[in-house]
Amino acid sequence: MKKAIIYLEPLVCPSCTQKIESLIRKVNGVEKDSIKVLFNASKVKFIFNEDVISIQNIINEITKLGYQVLKYDVQVV
Amino acid sequence: MLPITDKSRCEEMVYKILRKKHLITLISGILIVMSFISKNLVDHEKLESILLICASLLGLLPIMIQAFQALKIKVVSIELLVTIAVIGALIISNFEESAIVTFLFLFGAYLEQRTLSKTHSAIKELIEMAPESAWRLTETGDYEEVDVNKVRVGDKLLVKTGNKIPVDGVVIFGEGYINEASITGESIPVHKTIGCKVYAGTIVDNGSLHIIAERVGENTTFSKIIELIEEAQDAKSHAERFIDKFAKYYTPLVLLIAFIVYLVSLNIELAITILVLGCPGALVIGIPVANVAGIGRGAKSGILFKGSDVINAFNKVDTMIFDKTGTLTIGKPQVNEIRVYDEDNIQYIKSLLVSIERTVDHPIAKTIIDYFKETNQLSVQEVNVVKGGGLKGIIDNNHIIVGNLNFLEKEGVAIPDIVYKDVKELMLNGHTIVLVSVNGLCRLLIGIRDQIRPTVKNELTNLRKSGIKHFVVLSGDNQGSVNLLTKDLGITEAYGGMLPEDKVKYIDNLQKQGRKVAFVGDGVNDSPSLARANIGIALESGTDVAIETSDVVLINNDYNSLTLALKLSRRIVKTMKQNIAMALIVVTMLLVSLIFSDWMNMSIGMFVHEASILAVILNSMRLLKYKHK
Repeated sequence: MKKAIIYLEPLVCPSCTQKIESLIRKVNGVEKDSIKVLFNASKVKFIFNEDVISIQNIINEITKLGYQVLKYDVQVV
Repeated sequence: MLPITDKSRCEEMVYKILRKKHLITLISGILIVMSFISKNLVDHEKLESILLICASLLGLLPIMIQAFQALKIKVVSIELLVTIAVIGALIISNFEESAIVTFLFLFGAYLEQRTLSKTHSAIKELIEMAPESAWRLTETGDYEEVDVNKVRVGDKLLVKTGNKIPVDGVVIFGEGYINEASITGESIPVHKTIGCKVYAGTIVDNGSLHIIAERVGENTTFSKIIELIEEAQDAKSHAERFIDKFAKYYTPLVLLIAFIVYLVSLNIELAITILVLGCPGALVIGIPVANVAGIGRGAKSGILFKGSDVINAFNKVDTMIFDKTGTLTIGKPQVNEIRVYDEDNIQYIKSLLVSIERTVDHPIAKTIIDYFKETNQLSVQEVNVVKGGGLKGIIDNNHIIVGNLNFLEKEGVAIPDIVYKDVKELMLNGHTIVLVSVNGLCRLLIGIRDQIRPTVKNELTNLRKSGIKHFVVLSGDNQGSVNLLTKDLGITEAYGGMLPEDKVKYIDNLQKQGRKVAFVGDGVNDSPSLARANIGIALESGTDVAIETSDVVLINNDYNSLTLALKLSRRIVKTMKQNIAMALIVVTMLLVSLIFSDWMNMSIGMFVHEASILAVILNSMRLLKYKHK
């Protein structure tokens, strides 16, 4: 299991956090309870299983939703 | 809609459109200006309409996409209201309105983004203090520059003048002056040498240090502070949750009302105007924006509020309870009084004292050595530790006895009357007494006492002026020393001999009387009280548990910011109320003028709506500039 922190461009609407959260919730291999979308900090944090899904795939999904990923950080939990 | 031939290509298109939102806003603005020119100067009605239709459709694109995305997660968003309104306006061929409404909506969103990011500026400044790279010792003995995320616990790192300390660690070689403002808010550099702890995000002002990494990445003190602040900003208050819930049903309700109005009146114009007027923008944003700006302002002065509920509760506090040791006092006993009975040999006596104290490991010995740092050392020939009494030893063939009055009497030391008088006087004042005898005569007295923090008295006065009515001291220490302290500070309610559960009971009682209680303390034993009080206030240097259970953390480790914290919390609450009032007045005004006047239309509605959102943001930004008087 790895912990990911994704830094997004500044989020503007509170509903953006809902959109992103429900998107990541649908991704297989992500621990659903660990998902945290911080609106003010424009960060997404979650724990995921690298054997099931790669971080790059998740980032692509977020990008497709219309949110630019500035950088990301993956750590071993 | 876009032709869905290839799903991923379509998604790419959507992404591109959303990215180019600002450009789209600009172009649709230009198109609108051109249409006015063609209407007034060239008087070409067809061209005007075409330009306006282009502006409407172009501007509608990103709005529609966002409305659709929200619908997919079952949220009826403001974008949906606007989309329907604009399509309605296009159907009844009111191109001017459709173009202006889309433009104003997009432009408003742009301005919101710009101003909102300003409210985050205080925290951003803090985050930018985060270190990015480190110089790590390699196996060959060289230093290589690595990303700070690659540093592991146990790595040896080099930090030079001007560099940021990359991780929390301990100095293993070298020394230097370090600016710890990012952690403590204190900008006077602190001297650090071998064995000292250093913190990530602090800056080496002067010197060169070799450190060993102890806590890295998200576990450093700096990262934890940032995380606390970030989560505090997102922690929603009751009022905010209420408004969120309200907004969730409010937007569909507006949609429904507009639809009913249309069915009853068959007036599309009226129905779509209601859609635009009903946007809940300023109401939804009023509390969170004030919250973010306020927490940011607090962080700038080293005050961390854990969320807007905390701010609300702090604002109402009327009673402050303090722990004694380490809170009102420095928490470290210090040499407070010295009485000399052998003036001629005092330097020599001090040397004897320090030399013999150095041979033992005892808190009082350490306090004395710290105080007489500059004194010469002599070699000790013989030393005996007598439990519960003191020290006996021989230096330079002089017999030295150090200890309390009882011990010296038992050893048969000659004690002048003046010494008895001094001992009695100082003990009444809460001192611990150490007497020094050389060759059978008592020649020196040292009084040790925990000190009141120098600025506490002033701070209590300020808090009283700011409306705190009751001050209480609860301490595990004996009643006598508690009384001494409170007499100095002018606090009337003070109780000693309190166990942690007694403190909690006391707080419970006050709360039952309807008091709003803040508890200030930082030890592990204070944690239950910190949690039970309406507001728990702890220092960042306190224990982890205390920080975890408290509601307000003073990152600058300075109790003198209590007044600022209190005043700031009041100002934040006031700003929230202003914002809500402003939003409600605007909505009422719009609806009233829709019913009773004929000048209200979609464009004016959208303009007022966007203006009110900006007004609320600007009002909240005043918090960032809040000055403490």
